[in-house]
Amino acid sequence: MISFMLNGKAVELDVDPSMPLMWVLRDELGMTGTKYGCGIAQCGACTVHMDGQPIRSCVMPISAVSGKKVKTIEGLSEDGSHPVQKAWHQHNVPQCGYCQSGQIMSATALLEQNSNPSDEDIDNFMQGNICRCGTYPRIKEAIKTAANLSLAKNVGGDA
Amino acid sequence: MKNLLENVSRRKFLKGSGLAAGGLVLASTIPAWSPAWAGQSKQTHDLNLFVSVNTDNTVNIVCHRSEMGQGIRTSIPQIVADEMCANWESVIVLQGLANEEYGSQNTDGSRSIRRFYTTMRQMGATARTMLESAAATFWRVPLSSVYAEDSFVHHKDSGKKLSFGYLAANAAELELPAVESLSFKSPDKFKLIGKEISSVDMHKFVTGSTEFGQDVRLEGMLYASIERSPVVGAKVKSFDAEAASKISGVVSTWQMPDQPTPVVFHPLNGVAVLATNTWAALQGRKALNIDWELGANSSHNSSTYLEELKRNIVTKGKSIRNAGDAYTALENASRSLNATYTMPYLVHAPMEPPAATAVVKDGECEIWACTQTPQSTQNNVAQALGIDKSKVKVNVTLLGGGFGRKSKPDFSVEAALLARQTGKPVKVVWSREDDIRQGYYHAVSAQHFIASLDERNNVTGWIQRTAFPSISWTFSGVTDEPQVGELSLGFGDLPFELDNLACETHKATGHIRIGWVRSVSNIHHAFAAGSFVDELAVETNTSPIQMWNKLIGEDRHVDPKAEGFEYGNYGDPMEVFPIDTKRLKNVLNLVVEKSGANKTTNEGEGWGICVHRSFVSYVAVATKVKVADGKVTVLEMHSAIDAGTVVNPDRVKSQQEGSMIFGLSLALMGEISVKDGAVEQSNYHDYPVLRMHQCPKIETYIVSSTAPPGGVGEPGTPPVAASLCNAIYHASGQRIRELPVNKHLRV
Ligand code: FES
Ligand code: FES
Repeated sequence: MISFMLNGKAVELDVDPSMPLMWVLRDELGMTGTKYGCGIAQCGACTVHMDGQPIRSCVMPISAVSGKKVKTIEGLSEDGSHPVQKAWHQHNVPQCGYCQSGQIMSATALLEQNSNPSDEDIDNFMQGNICRCGTYPRIKEAIKTAANLSLAKNVGGDA
Repeated sequence: MKNLLENVSRRKFLKGSGLAAGGLVLASTIPAWSPAWAGQSKQTHDLNLFVSVNTDNTVNIVCHRSEMGQGIRTSIPQIVADEMCANWESVIVLQGLANEEYGSQNTDGSRSIRRFYTTMRQMGATARTMLESAAATFWRVPLSSVYAEDSFVHHKDSGKKLSFGYLAANAAELELPAVESLSFKSPDKFKLIGKEISSVDMHKFVTGSTEFGQDVRLEGMLYASIERSPVVGAKVKSFDAEAASKISGVVSTWQMPDQPTPVVFHPLNGVAVLATNTWAALQGRKALNIDWELGANSSHNSSTYLEELKRNIVTKGKSIRNAGDAYTALENASRSLNATYTMPYLVHAPMEPPAATAVVKDGECEIWACTQTPQSTQNNVAQALGIDKSKVKVNVTLLGGGFGRKSKPDFSVEAALLARQTGKPVKVVWSREDDIRQGYYHAVSAQHFIASLDERNNVTGWIQRTAFPSISWTFSGVTDEPQVGELSLGFGDLPFELDNLACETHKATGHIRIGWVRSVSNIHHAFAAGSFVDELAVETNTSPIQMWNKLIGEDRHVDPKAEGFEYGNYGDPMEVFPIDTKRLKNVLNLVVEKSGANKTTNEGEGWGICVHRSFVSYVAVATKVKVADGKVTVLEMHSAIDAGTVVNPDRVKSQQEGSMIFGLSLALMGEISVKDGAVEQSNYHDYPVLRMHQCPKIETYIVSSTAPPGGVGEPGTPPVAASLCNAIYHASGQRIRELPVNKHLRV
């Protein structure tokens, strides 16, 4: 039995301890907001927060999640009102949308660590998240907008 | 079962109409509506195939094309709602099931708006006219005294109004008006067309509540992962079913039925592992230990193959278009310039690997798939199961990117076969490795150009040759040279003013599945032609912009047919969509002016330009790079597009941004290599695509135009590679003729 906190709720389940968190979320718990893109920590589509840190859930065995706090895109806000989500909307960031859960989770983590990132900070932090559709210019702008929204509202994160 | 993307109900699509089946009929016809809805739902009243009105005053509009990031689930309803005078906030978008009555649903070839703009306006106008008629009858006033606005019909004199929802039942009983009787808005009255409207799926995108093909979940569903033949045509000799079955979570294994050749859209041979979750299925695959009989294609090696193409391409080939006598011009030339350009195989690598879910029950099949092509999915599944296609229902989910990969229905056929075999719902999950290794690849290619020059640096003759394995090989198994359809993509339609022109092809046969990738053969043709124009500018000491304008020549309509080439023009008539050199020069001059690409740069920096017409739209790109210490940095990209009438400028802009980045990915790093018949790459670490830190500043300029709408999803990509390599030359003096760039410089 493995237990952890998922978006503020306790979860307990009996699965192969080597199964990555991503497949546990998607297949066992039916939380498909976290996406599969590569399975080898190359694309960032599966990004979630574990104890406040962004991780690639496709390479995180569920055994290592035991006792941790996990936040997924579904736990970011009740209604899409997180500053990052709002900024994404404002800049019409998504094309196909498939990478965007991961992009948003990485961007949120970045802003939690650095409330006013420079272009270079954004490049460095976000380069693990691929967007095959090519929404990078808008992601960058949206992160800056979100930074302003967050500063104004002082929205922090608690994993 | 989870709440999937809302699809049109089967009842609604079966209800049908007297419309003749098949592609383009709908483009000029309104389906005959059968007033058979009496006794059905009291909530929803159908006005035509695409539009129904609910009694709560909301309006349902069908999007029959697949959403893969281009914004079609927003722009199709935008057109209908505008012409219908519906309030945008009250529009509900329904995703169309596979249904020939809609016309073609094959969402590729940059043709959703190009082919359906008029039809969608007709659908909106029909619905509006019926609602207006219903109101006029209700008030007993002349039709001319009423008008629709914002989901109400108003009476001009009295100021009375009735909502669409109130009128819906009466309107639905009316005869469909004849197309000729419809009136259309003048463009200055548009409220939605031409406006930057956010995606109807935006909230789902940002909250992760989207339903992609990979996300489908059905009660009691098995997850399948298939170990497929590494070489096209390879067969399974044996495998270890027992070892795979021992993996916790694995339910069963099944050898996929051997498929006939040519490969077409058949699933590849292989062994499926079915499990209670994806992870277990993937682990089971590792234990299969398949022994393959590899077959003839295992002798294919892409590097030696390309060397052979390069050897042949410098020799005279088979003529496909000819003007004057380019060979005599060459003999008489004061000097000549020649160059060979090559590109490797490429693969789509959409962010979401293919996935399909199927249920087979009581002789019927239902599919949920991230497909660009629901109708061909329906046909191919029906064929594979040996049932009538009316027994196959295809639900289209959102697509996590497509780029052409998902217009091949092989993955849905796999799901259908496995669902029938197991008697359970089955989701086939393609891994990234499957996607990279078992794709339908953009062809490896070689191009050769020879220009003849006189003393005054005029181009007096032009010879161009191309060689690449054809997409048709995938379907015939025997085609061994480029076909007209592919040569119509930026080769046989060369828009230059030349007295002496020879366009030729060389043979090349297929060994791996060749398919269409975003902008298809335009990718290599525009790279080669666009690079060669720049080389000519350098050779003659002319500025690139001058050389381009000189070669394109006078304002005119180019007619490749007059020079013996059966040009396809993307399936559209030349009278409506000519090759217009004025528009071509216009986008080029616009991008140069806006970007400053004709200005001098700092040491180690340079600009490159290229212009190309494809999918009946015109795109010019200007790229600025810096080259230092063997590393290229892309600083800026500017593109100008003339796509005629634009429905949603923000989505056109985002497609241009995406096309620049797609083009940069392939030009900088894109390479699939094949060794002993098998693809060597497997994931994003060895098939890299552009990342945030490599992404330049991107600007887009949209030419304002009332011309009929052209393509948007693809035309941005072709000019990228040449503009990039031209920029690298002007920054560093290094001419790159063999892509990708990372073979020559760090990126
Ligand atoms: S799926 Fe985890 S990084 Fe790609
Ligand atoms: S929006 Fe499609 S992959 Fe990023």
